[in-house]
Amino acid sequence: MATDFIRLIDETQKRDDFPRFNPGDTINVHVRVIEGDKERIQQYQGVVIAVRGSGNSRTFTVRKIGANGVGVERIFPINTPRIAKIEVMQEGRVRRAKLFYLRKLRGKAARIKQKRRDTSK
Amino acid sequence: MIGKKLGMTSIFDETGRSIVCTVIEAGPNVVTQVKTSDGKDGYDAVQLGFGAKKAKRTTKALAGHFAAAGVDAAQTVREFRDFAVDATLGASLAVSDLFNEGEEIDVVGTSKGKGFQGVMRRHGFGGVGGATHGQHNRLRAPGSIGASSDPSRVFKGTRMAGRTGGDRVKVKNLRVVRILADSNLILVRGAVPGPKGSIVELHKKKTA
Repeated sequence: MATDFIRLIDETQKRDDFPRFNPGDTINVHVRVIEGDKERIQQYQGVVIAVRGSGNSRTFTVRKIGANGVGVERIFPINTPRIAKIEVMQEGRVRRAKLFYLRKLRGKAARIKQKRRDTSK
Repeated sequence: MIGKKLGMTSIFDETGRSIVCTVIEAGPNVVTQVKTSDGKDGYDAVQLGFGAKKAKRTTKALAGHFAAAGVDAAQTVREFRDFAVDATLGASLAVSDLFNEGEEIDVVGTSKGKGFQGVMRRHGFGGVGGATHGQHNRLRAPGSIGASSDPSRVFKGTRMAGRTGGDRVKVKNLRVVRILADSNLILVRGAVPGPKGSIVELHKKKTA
């Protein structure tokens, strides 16, 4: 009973206008940036390395290699209204849910294999 | 008014900020008694009832009290001094009758019982010294509890270990984030004392 009401509230916050994505996928997040009274869209593209939490507190982490080879990670709440759009650029084939090992890897080693589409069928 | 703490969650406001809030099932409350300063009680108060209780489990005395108000037996009965709205005996009150979104309210609950706790947890003492130089069994001790032959006793109210939690606690100035009138829910910003399922009182902020 009690948890039902909380789930009900979480449900009102839910955003279902995004495509499904999994850890290992490369996605492009369109972030609404508010500067003063102006709003603009900033794109942030990287690899999803983790999805954690449940309900309205669910978040995902996107890692990209920024300028000068510096790794940048951003954590987004999955239901935040500050995301305008999410595009899935590439689906990656990975064998675990959390890809923290990517932090230690550089360059070629940090690549993720593309998920193979079933062409045999 | 009287409510039940359901748990916590977070919602996003218009600017996209995530607001942590407590969900409280508030009401419907029934008015079980109205006390007036010019009546026999000598002060202004409203007694509210919340939740359903089986007639079989209600004492004869309480059953008569509810019957006088013309309401069903309530599980919890609480009295509120200087009630904000006019209440008539037997009337049913909803959250939206009393509170508005954006308003700041006070919430009273019974904090979670912690059992017998030492002074570090109970009163925030720092503990005694360091762990080295041969010190071995007084890390979390209270230290001195007073002087020697004068006064030859320990002063009353000296903070010591003991039962912690389970007290009536009022949290002031919690903003009402949202009111869901059709399911009798109120969301207040921040935490509220007590475990899930406990009874809480929602008060209008005192003006004076």
